[in-house]
Amino acid sequence: MSALKVVIIDYGSGNLRSAEKATARAADDMGGGEVLVSNDPAQLASASHIILPGVGAFRDCRLGLDAVTGMVDALTAQVIGGGKPFLGICVGMQLLATIGREHGDCDGLGWIPGEVAAITPADKTLKIPHMGWNALQFDAAAHPVLAGLRPGDHAYFVHSYGFRADDDADVLAHVDYGGPLTAMVGRANMIGTQFHPEKSQRFGLAFLKAFLEWWP
Amino acid sequence: MLSTRIIPCLDVDKGRVVKGVNFVDLVDAGDPVEQARLYDAAGADELCFLDITASHEGRDTIFDVVRRTAEQCFMPVTVGGGVRNLDDIRNLLLAGADKTAINTAAVTNPDFVGAAALKFGSQCIVVAIDAKRVDRDGKTAFEVFTHGGRRETGIEAIGWAQRMAELGAGELLLTSMDRDGTKAGFDLELTRAIADAVPIPVIASGGVGTLDHMVEGVREGHASAVLAASIFHFGTYSIAETKAHMRAAGLEVRLDI
Repeated sequence: MSALKVVIIDYGSGNLRSAEKATARAADDMGGGEVLVSNDPAQLASASHIILPGVGAFRDCRLGLDAVTGMVDALTAQVIGGGKPFLGICVGMQLLATIGREHGDCDGLGWIPGEVAAITPADKTLKIPHMGWNALQFDAAAHPVLAGLRPGDHAYFVHSYGFRADDDADVLAHVDYGGPLTAMVGRANMIGTQFHPEKSQRFGLAFLKAFLEWWP
Repeated sequence: MLSTRIIPCLDVDKGRVVKGVNFVDLVDAGDPVEQARLYDAAGADELCFLDITASHEGRDTIFDVVRRTAEQCFMPVTVGGGVRNLDDIRNLLLAGADKTAINTAAVTNPDFVGAAALKFGSQCIVVAIDAKRVDRDGKTAFEVFTHGGRRETGIEAIGWAQRMAELGAGELLLTSMDRDGTKAGFDLELTRAIADAVPIPVIASGGVGTLDHMVEGVREGHASAVLAASIFHFGTYSIAETKAHMRAAGLEVRLDI
């Protein structure tokens, strides 16, 4: 096992401070490691773990990521080519999809086939955004990142669009909100959470630690 | 199932807690960050800082409070008070706030809410509405007030709430100025009228004195979250007691803190 070096990708989206601090806390819990917020694609080559955060609209995030010269290529090389453990958070997770439907269609990275579409609960009294703490139900409890965590624990969500995976096997966890909503997707060395681990207190830190301990 | 959120609110003046928990074991009870840590550990679902600093010079202190809180507390934080332009929002978000609450600036310039939602996303734009009962042609109506309930705007509150949602607010923080500080319970009629009129979540605020009031706010007021200051600050009830009471009443709350 090589040394832990987490790179959190800075592409002008979201509150990177929270992601950085929570990841650093999780790293400290396991003996320390380097946690770097960077917009330099070259840093990905020496990363052991890569985190792509993201808040706001799908299209804005996609454009923001594309605007960082060389970042998508570096990500593709390290995550798809190099097989490095990757975590997408919120819109960072949604970008894994083939296409996003928010404010018009926009291509995602297409690494986990599916679309990101508006949440439309059958129960019209349910509020949008889906905002707050919801209980996670694990669809893949044996996944290395979920294995040590407790199903039923709550994570913090805030989103109006959700990930609809083409293949059910790519959905690792969901929550109930007038029907199932995708809470976590994963395939090979990639995972993505609709919830915000950096805002999910004890559970969130345990989740981040489990991600950092994952060397697929 | 989505849980009802319990949100303690801290009033902060020039970087110091004005109305806060009176815990003897705090190193510095006036430090908002110390109090935020307590609420984080106690399992509060979110935290709200209300910056009541009147002087312009004291304004920057809130950024340091938010920054230090975000370094230590891994929970959602909303900051309200004095949010007047896009730079205010950007600076608060960069300091580590997750949401910003816009109050007076929404009344003086409603399009600001739309611009803010477009720029930063609806998820971080809360519109705070201070409403009061008024007599309109012999009938009770709800009207929007500013400046802590002192200044009348003539704006009818339910239509205003709908407009804010349409402009892109992600959430409403609704305070009954009639009930604020009374401990007589939420204005349930007001809360329900607004919550039922908008597709976005409504946080009920103003008037909590007992734990049953919290339950009523959700069950009868249809609020998605309940905010309180005094009952937590003065130690009348803890977050844990509040959640246990709401769970016993059959509401969904997060106990796995």
